[in-house]
Amino acid sequence: MYACSKNEDEIMPEEKAITFSVPSNFPAPVYNFEQNKLSNAGFALGKKLFYGARLSADKSVSCGSCHQQFAAFANLDHKVSHGVNNCQGKRNAPPLFNLVWQKAFFWDGGVKNIETSPLNAITDACEMGTNIETIITTLKNTTPYPEMFKKAYGSTEINSQFILKSITQFLGVLVSGNSKYDKVMRKEGGISFTSDELAGYTLFKQKCTSCHAEPFFTDFSYRNNGLDLVTIDEGRSHITGVQTDFGKFRVPSLRNIEYTSPYMHDGRFYSLDEVLEHYNSGVKAAENLDAELKSGIQLNSLEKSQIKAFLKTLTDNEFIKNTLYSES
Amino acid sequence: MATLFFLFHLSNFQKMKISQYLLALLCPIILLSSCNKSDDDVATDTKSSFTLEFEHQVNGSPLALNTTTYKNAKGEDFKINVFKYYVSNIKLSKADGTTYLLPESYFLIDESKPASKLITVNDVPTGDYTKIEYTIGVDYARNFAGAQTGALDPINGMFWTWNSGYIFVKLEGTSPQSTAANNLLTFHIGGVVDPNNTIRTYSTEINAANPLRIRMDSKPDMHFMVNAASLFTGTTDVSFATLNFTMGGANSVIVANNYAKGLFRLDHIHN
Repeated sequence: MYACSKNEDEIMPEEKAITFSVPSNFPAPVYNFEQNKLSNAGFALGKKLFYGARLSADKSVSCGSCHQQFAAFANLDHKVSHGVNNCQGKRNAPPLFNLVWQKAFFWDGGVKNIETSPLNAITDACEMGTNIETIITTLKNTTPYPEMFKKAYGSTEINSQFILKSITQFLGVLVSGNSKYDKVMRKEGGISFTSDELAGYTLFKQKCTSCHAEPFFTDFSYRNNGLDLVTIDEGRSHITGVQTDFGKFRVPSLRNIEYTSPYMHDGRFYSLDEVLEHYNSGVKAAENLDAELKSGIQLNSLEKSQIKAFLKTLTDNEFIKNTLYSES
Repeated sequence: MATLFFLFHLSNFQKMKISQYLLALLCPIILLSSCNKSDDDVATDTKSSFTLEFEHQVNGSPLALNTTTYKNAKGEDFKINVFKYYVSNIKLSKADGTTYLLPESYFLIDESKPASKLITVNDVPTGDYTKIEYTIGVDYARNFAGAQTGALDPINGMFWTWNSGYIFVKLEGTSPQSTAANNLLTFHIGGVVDPNNTIRTYSTEINAANPLRIRMDSKPDMHFMVNAASLFTGTTDVSFATLNFTMGGANSVIVANNYAKGLFRLDHIHN
């Protein structure tokens, strides 16, 4: 008996169960998995769908095309999303992590539930350019999908709810909470900030946290940060229809900012230096400019380098390199 | 066993006949057994069903997609290619004020799918109902509740992917007066956030002399007339020269305020 079970272990090592856990320095999430029980099969299916280029109109674009793990699931070097038929989208692909703490999605907050967020990219003519009906037909006729759906949901039926819920299992588990900053906050393993990082953190708390609030480094609000006198992208007002929201965009998280270049909703800045210089000297008196930015944020070069040093402590290499999230 | 085997080989029609026959056999037994209970128990315990039938019209003429030309209140010609809408959260009231909210009642009625125009509702407590009300559209919470199935499945083309929420009423067509490309009319009404909330409720009293009489042996049919032209009149007469496209927002509110008044009319009940 003993030998038998040992042998089985060697052939099929017990799969590690997919779990979701809240870092101790994070609050309770907005989305819990109560209506979408996490399972290894559900997660595996969601991951497979996330990386499946076959789903797009010309079979060239997957979710993972514009959300690359090495860029914290943002799109390295792309100002805006590059969709099917070489179409250039309107906005910069946001990174994907800590999504279950988010109440609204996309730069304009148009989507209110993580489960329905993939539909936007699936149907956008400039992203995946398809629809859920076509995807269902494709999946029904493509191995190993029917088998994977059966494993995850006990039936070979493939419907939009199973597709969206399984993708959500993958997206929801993308938690980034193991940066140096997190470890310092949690007082783990005697890790501490360098003097530059600490000075940067102090400056950050004075000058940046009114929008980039800890621990997510965003307060999830919509603001106009004065990029243009008159913006060509209406932003939040496209969703709300309210003129005072014109030109406002969701405050992005700064976690993993080292890897999520280019920056801003239209990806106009390639470096953190450009971003900091914008706040120092480039803020335009736009209609609806955020009150916090009326006089910009004055930063000398030492302060800039200290803030940059701090921002790099928000990089979570364990997240970026976690093979659980990689295309396999 | 032999009987079961026999049943499997019957058409649905034949099965219906047989089940009616069986029901007829069983009815006296049910009636007899109910003698043991008080009447109140029977009334609260038993459940039955009823149907809602939606007959689509345009100002009194039958709705025919793609072919027939109609006139709006401004006298402008138009044709309809798509007409579909949600009815949800159906609530029935009795004369004594007690109400019954049908759980999970979300229905998508689509002119192009005749079967969708006849809804059967099961498991309704028997009794005499004197009022019905329902949401034209989908309640606030379900607009943001994540991946749904059935009538609310995004596959039905009634879910906005870029701005979460359902299209409550969708009418597409053409009008020579429309200034949009190809003279199109695009009325996608939805949105649940003020000031552009378009959730509207329809309610109607039912003549107490002929209430919705739901019984074990009586499955009544409520027949509603649905006037597609009500989108364009009632509170504000819409001219297609100036309003021919809306997907949420202030113009959708104008249309919702119109159809809140005239989309539905309870025509009659077959008890």
